[in-house]
Amino acid sequence: MALLEVKDLHVSFRTDDGIVQAVRGVSFKVEPGQTLGIVGESGSGKSVATQTIMGLTRGAEVQGQALFEGRDLLTMNRDDLVKIRGAKIGMIFQDPLSSLHPFYRVGWQIVEMIRLHEKSISKAAARRRAIELLQLVGIPQADRRVDDFPHQFSGGMRQRAMIAMAMALNPKLLIADEPTTALDVTVQAQVLQMINKLQQEFGTAVILITHDLGVVADVADDVVVMYGGMVMERADRLTIFGAHHHPYTEGLLLSLPAYGGERERLRPIAGQPPSPISPPPGCPFAPRCAYVMDRCRTEVPPLTVTGTAPGHLSACWLPRDQATRDELRQKVIGQSLTLSA
Amino acid sequence: MRSDEIVAAQADTETGPVEVLLKVQNLVKYFPVSSAKLINRQRDYVHAVDDVSLEVRAGETLGLVGETGCGKSTLARCIARLHDVTSGSIIFDGIDITRYSAHRMRPFRREIQMIFQDPYGSLNPRRRVGSIIGDPFAIHRTASGAERKRRVQELMEMVGLNPEHYNRFPAEFSGGQRQRIGVARALAFTPKLIICDEPVSALDVSIQAQILNLLSDLQKEFGLTYIFIAHDLSVVRHVSDRVAVMYLGKIVEEARSEQMWTSPRHPYTDALLSAVPLPDPEHAGQRERILLAGDVPSPINPPSGCRFHPRCPKARQACVETEPDLVSRLGDGAEHVAACHFPVEDGEDISLSRPTIAAEERVVESGLIAGS
Repeated sequence: MALLEVKDLHVSFRTDDGIVQAVRGVSFKVEPGQTLGIVGESGSGKSVATQTIMGLTRGAEVQGQALFEGRDLLTMNRDDLVKIRGAKIGMIFQDPLSSLHPFYRVGWQIVEMIRLHEKSISKAAARRRAIELLQLVGIPQADRRVDDFPHQFSGGMRQRAMIAMAMALNPKLLIADEPTTALDVTVQAQVLQMINKLQQEFGTAVILITHDLGVVADVADDVVVMYGGMVMERADRLTIFGAHHHPYTEGLLLSLPAYGGERERLRPIAGQPPSPISPPPGCPFAPRCAYVMDRCRTEVPPLTVTGTAPGHLSACWLPRDQATRDELRQKVIGQSLTLSA
Repeated sequence: MRSDEIVAAQADTETGPVEVLLKVQNLVKYFPVSSAKLINRQRDYVHAVDDVSLEVRAGETLGLVGETGCGKSTLARCIARLHDVTSGSIIFDGIDITRYSAHRMRPFRREIQMIFQDPYGSLNPRRRVGSIIGDPFAIHRTASGAERKRRVQELMEMVGLNPEHYNRFPAEFSGGQRQRIGVARALAFTPKLIICDEPVSALDVSIQAQILNLLSDLQKEFGLTYIFIAHDLSVVRHVSDRVAVMYLGKIVEEARSEQMWTSPRHPYTDALLSAVPLPDPEHAGQRERILLAGDVPSPINPPSGCRFHPRCPKARQACVETEPDLVSRLGDGAEHVAACHFPVEDGEDISLSRPTIAAEERVVESGLIAGS
């Protein structure tokens, strides 16, 4: 059984300008111990979807199911959800400065978190545990730094402290929302490696939300590509980069300087992302798609099996057969799938 | 990006020197910070830019990379004379503008322009786009009324904005379009030098590619020279002819773009390049990754000798004692210089190296990372 299974999730917000449909029918699964990468640009709904699962989108209208170990997080009462949040599902956000309280010492915040879920543990024992955790995530002189305030930590150290807190109760699932976006590359490499090691040591499953395809290529087992509040494509990492089906995935990869070859002209996706208030009636990517057909503008393509890789799903009306799809790619993009060659 | 003019200029190198548009010599910029002590308060200084020299040639793109706090943005702002420098000189087009007053700088302001990272913060939300882009014409009193509007609309068209949106407010544009507004404003007088400070960092990849292509087209059309600052190394590699790497206020390596990527000499450059996650899962496992210990030290009291020595896997006693010069190493040409006593050789894996300096000179790390 999947550790987390999200089924047909819809999330919308009422605003003065109209109803913002942030998530429009998203489904995905996370297996125990696996890393699921969720990729998408600003406004794709990737953060809203995971925050909703954790009950963090107040005032939103939510439909669908999010089954965690078989229980629906969306219909669970508040007390039960609080027990799961933090203890069984840990979270790390992009900006560690705004997720640590500036007024309290870092160690105190970790101790509070432990004692909230384990009532029987003594203050001294919880503090020892906090120091151990800070050591584990590579904070030098953890026994002294445990009494520092968040502002005395560097950006990388704050993110490590957040990870220490998220891992404090040995959760089954860690949701990391752009955990390295605010960090420099050398620090990013440290943090990603640390998440990876913790995952191996404790068998934690990870949902990694990011806009950085490089990070996904590095650490994810499976990848979900989101656009306009919907899942466009889902596959294992090698398939997403090497044998993708959806034109949006293709556009994202072609936009990257690393793929274009040095000094070659980049191939951006034309146009702008759709408005979440009045999304186009058909496929949300249709207005920017190089392959667009009449059908795309009126009918939303379902997310269905494609290609030969197991679990490869794509929401697109293009032919499912890889050879035909590749022929079309030759015609429209002028190059074959072997992008990295 | 590689325009015909540059190719021609490169062909000229045998016959004569390339035209240097900007020359920065021994530039130093310190920012005072007050120390915590109340009595005998002495001034401490953040050594933001510490003795930097570089040249930018006409028509080229010089990439400037480095991590947060390395001084790359301060250097750029000093060049644009948005900061006064502590010492050193800035020579633009053969004229030393280091100490020019605001009044004497005025003609140079047309020729040196900046594009900023934040397309939201750099545009006044209460003014219409037409008047924002028209500012340069108003400030330099070169065009007014219908003439100004015509030129603004020309600029808008040039950067891919709809000229009919002349009367809209910045809030009515998306992030990518706002960055186009910033580009249009910078282009008003066809400047010679444009300093792009993280121009695409706030944008999504698909939009980022649009702006990079635009900058490249404009460079070709007007023979612009760019200083391109970014922390995204794949973007810098894509746009730059030459690249300079900064660490704690100093340039540690400078080379032609291809050389920098194929044979970095400074261990910091090597580590920086190896840390970039590439969107290529098939080779992700094969790349050796050099993990640096700890964080960048404080720029208030930078380390002695080579500033990178506390984190460097190759550090020796000499690195603690003497500062290495920025010169060519290991038989590289004059174009490729590195400030390192023990430069990285081709094919060397520095993740296998261990520093031999005393423990108190090093950044110490505990936990899982150290065990790796």
